[in-house]
Amino acid sequence: MSLHRRSVAELAAGLAAKEFSAVELARHFLARIATSNPALNAFLTVTAERALADAARADATRAAGKAGPLTGVPIAHKDIFCTDGIKTSCGSKMLDNFVAPYDATVVERLAAAGTVLLGKTNMDEFAMGSSNETSYFGPVRNPWDLAKVPGGSSGGSAAAVAARLVPAATGTDTGGSIRQPAALVGISGIKPTYGRVSRYGMVAFASSLDQGGILAPSAEDCALLLGAIAGFDPRDSTSVDVPVPDYVAELQAPLKGLRIGVLKEFFAAGLDGPTGALVEASIAQLRELGAQIVDVSCPNLPLSVPTYYVVAPAECSSNLSRFDGVRFGHRCQSPRDLMDLYKRSRGEGFGAEVKRRIMTGTYVLSAGYYDAYYLKAQKVRSLITADFKRAFEAVDVLAGPTSPTPAFDIGAKVDDPITMYLNDIYTIGANLAGLPAISVPCGFVGGLPVGLQLIGPHFGESRLLAAAHAYQRASDFHRRVPAAYA
Amino acid sequence: MNQDTVRDGWEVVIGLEIHAQLATRSKIFSASPTAYGAAPNTQASLVDLGYPGTLPVLNGDAVRMAVKFGLATGATIAARSIFARKNYFYPDLPKGYQISQYERPVVEDGSLEILLENGTKKTIGITRAHLEEDAGKSLHEGLANASGIDLNRAGTPLLEIVSEPDLRSAKEAIAYLKKVHTLVRYLEICDGNMQEGSFRCDANVSVRRFGKTEFGTRCEIKNVNSFRFVEKAINYEVERQIDVLEGGGSIVQETRLYDSAKDETRPMRSKEEANDYRYFPDPDLLPLEIAPAFVEQVRATLPELPDEKAARFSLHHGLSPYDAGVLTSSRELADFYEAVVRELGGAAASAKLAANWVMGDFSAFLNRDGLEFGAARVPAAALAGLLRRIQDETISGKIAKEVFELMWADAAEADAVIEAKGLKQITDTSAIETAIAAVMAANPKQLAEYRSGKDKLFGFFVGQTMKATQGKANPAQLNELLKKLLGGP
Repeated sequence: MSLHRRSVAELAAGLAAKEFSAVELARHFLARIATSNPALNAFLTVTAERALADAARADATRAAGKAGPLTGVPIAHKDIFCTDGIKTSCGSKMLDNFVAPYDATVVERLAAAGTVLLGKTNMDEFAMGSSNETSYFGPVRNPWDLAKVPGGSSGGSAAAVAARLVPAATGTDTGGSIRQPAALVGISGIKPTYGRVSRYGMVAFASSLDQGGILAPSAEDCALLLGAIAGFDPRDSTSVDVPVPDYVAELQAPLKGLRIGVLKEFFAAGLDGPTGALVEASIAQLRELGAQIVDVSCPNLPLSVPTYYVVAPAECSSNLSRFDGVRFGHRCQSPRDLMDLYKRSRGEGFGAEVKRRIMTGTYVLSAGYYDAYYLKAQKVRSLITADFKRAFEAVDVLAGPTSPTPAFDIGAKVDDPITMYLNDIYTIGANLAGLPAISVPCGFVGGLPVGLQLIGPHFGESRLLAAAHAYQRASDFHRRVPAAYA
Repeated sequence: MNQDTVRDGWEVVIGLEIHAQLATRSKIFSASPTAYGAAPNTQASLVDLGYPGTLPVLNGDAVRMAVKFGLATGATIAARSIFARKNYFYPDLPKGYQISQYERPVVEDGSLEILLENGTKKTIGITRAHLEEDAGKSLHEGLANASGIDLNRAGTPLLEIVSEPDLRSAKEAIAYLKKVHTLVRYLEICDGNMQEGSFRCDANVSVRRFGKTEFGTRCEIKNVNSFRFVEKAINYEVERQIDVLEGGGSIVQETRLYDSAKDETRPMRSKEEANDYRYFPDPDLLPLEIAPAFVEQVRATLPELPDEKAARFSLHHGLSPYDAGVLTSSRELADFYEAVVRELGGAAASAKLAANWVMGDFSAFLNRDGLEFGAARVPAAALAGLLRRIQDETISGKIAKEVFELMWADAAEADAVIEAKGLKQITDTSAIETAIAAVMAANPKQLAEYRSGKDKLFGFFVGQTMKATQGKANPAQLNELLKKLLGGP
């Protein structure tokens, strides 16, 4: 089997067995990037030199008998993770000139694990978007159909993995930005529990919702990589000091007896019929595999989109204030005075969606509106969290679709933010409640992938990964690759 | 301007907001050092610069210091307080927001007692004290057509101490400000340096007709950097507000700056232009939870507080409340006084003498030379050595001043100076009598006048005899012998 058709776990095994070297592996994927990236626009920066150096070091580590499970495995980082000496654009003109002088914790940990960095991937500007169309560097295309979006905001990472330009990539998920693109390109993507993965060095969008995670072909791959990035970080006050289990070992937990709750609210109006049918079929298959299926309800969940679109913009309006043209990032030409510097640097540096959210966020925090919007949204957020808590008293895992529809046409929703926002209707709940969730491929509608979403209780990643792994042992959707990239 | 005499029929209402820079080694949310005076931007880390992806991590030492202040003012320590973001754009504010505490501060409902001029005490409420980060500084000097930014100060921990509007005059405001100043230095949570800005004060000032219960519209006077200027700024502002109101005008709520060169306040920005700070809880920081055990741990480290010390000095040393207040106005002064007393074998016999000397000549020389206590030319043991010679009548109090000056100049011991300069008091009766006899012989006219009833001339003979003995005659003996030898009046 050609190298790029192997999962991360299979590549790791091949490296361990010295079937091929890390340098050979890196060259193979770099060649694929060179061929396919111009059409896909998944990578913003390709770090070929760095990759070959990383790979040579990985081979030396292995020769010295000091290799770990990920030594020599090529990866890519979403361009939201700060990388020392490599541009971190966040998909924005604002940071087109920004080279961070330090590594994010996630970057540091994957490097320490011996992975090989191939480059940085495209994304919606500052992670604000569900289609990758808000990137200053142009949209990413879906490898299954170049006219379609790959989802967002981690669209570059998703498309790169789906087209097998890289075996796995990091992403961030604030309202579905790992799971929704994973679903739309037919790969697996996990958003861990809030606090499980350090946010240090991740350019902030909405701090109380942002969480780094993994996009890879299989749940097993996600388990492998999540183990490397998870864990307490004293540099992030919201990271949680809970021991990291051996996710790979716990993949083997039996599905038998697992109580899977089917969320009533996830199968209501708005869900595309064929998509819903595939998700229901995959849940039926989980029952056949031994899981117990239970109907559950989280009555406040339908309020998650409006809640999110108050909380996330509020936090982003403040988080993005640091981009003022003074210390880093875009600065306008010849400012007349301080106010002109602020206005033009920000006016020129930010795209339309980012501005829309900054304005929304500024509004909901304003004197006289704070109680009606921000405070109320926080109360609803508590209700949604309580709904989930109650649900997890009766079930172990919740199941439903990841996205209401398969990938849509590039340009189809750009002028209609409300419709665009509804793409995240099934994913936002887990962010508001800080819960771990995974999307795994569960079929195709008209040649486009569909994702099954599993949501777990806090720090229930092992349970999610084991259930997804059991499903993937009985299905092959995660192994399918678009014909053009086979 | 006429200090502190408020015009007829008006009452002054003042509340102070004090910013005390906490004396932590590193910043409140980063590991950068806080030392003052380093080259611009050499003490600013990526966190302080607000770099994308960086996150704040709370310095536990700042929390400990805030709790210490709370305990020392009898305040409630919040079991759970919240850090909030105060959003506004300014070049010296790197993140575009300041991390502060808004709705739920760490310290609430404290109080301090101040001593009024009439000798009575007044309790001043402390509404709250909250933790926050300082901003950087904009630099305008030496830069043509440009402004510089120094972010060394950005992220320095501050405790903002907000009083109730309980102060009724500039004098009361200063008494309270000094009290807080003394306290934070006792607690070793702030160096109190006003020139370097580690202790700053904003004053909220309003006036109202006596008898009214509702407050008048207030103005906030920003960042006045000395006790004297705070007093002058408040007095100016009070007069200005009364002038406006008596002239039929009304006060506009605004922020004003005090110009010490012109001794006036001027509007800085009005409320209409005021920022909407859009406070909201900082999602990068968890709520600050303080366990009762931690509070007790901090309580165990509290030093004897100024009021407790002053009470002890009054009760056990027999000092007046005023003297006790002066001696406890700084921890170093009180410690020095106590060291002198200890050297002299305890308070019973020597408290008053030690207090007078420490507050008098010693403090005067220290201030004259601008020295810290540790660098005093006459340390506590040496001062005690001098006072011992007064107590055993080797020298008089007057000669002691002379000896002290020489001790200070040469960092010498009292006995060595007395010996070298031959300043030992004359207590030999016959020697004094001989001197008196010579003075009487030399001044027959005055002697006759004295003996005929002009008793005021007694002082003349004291002076002449002292002069003849170079001031060394024991004053009590001299008096006694003079009375005997002069006879009459």
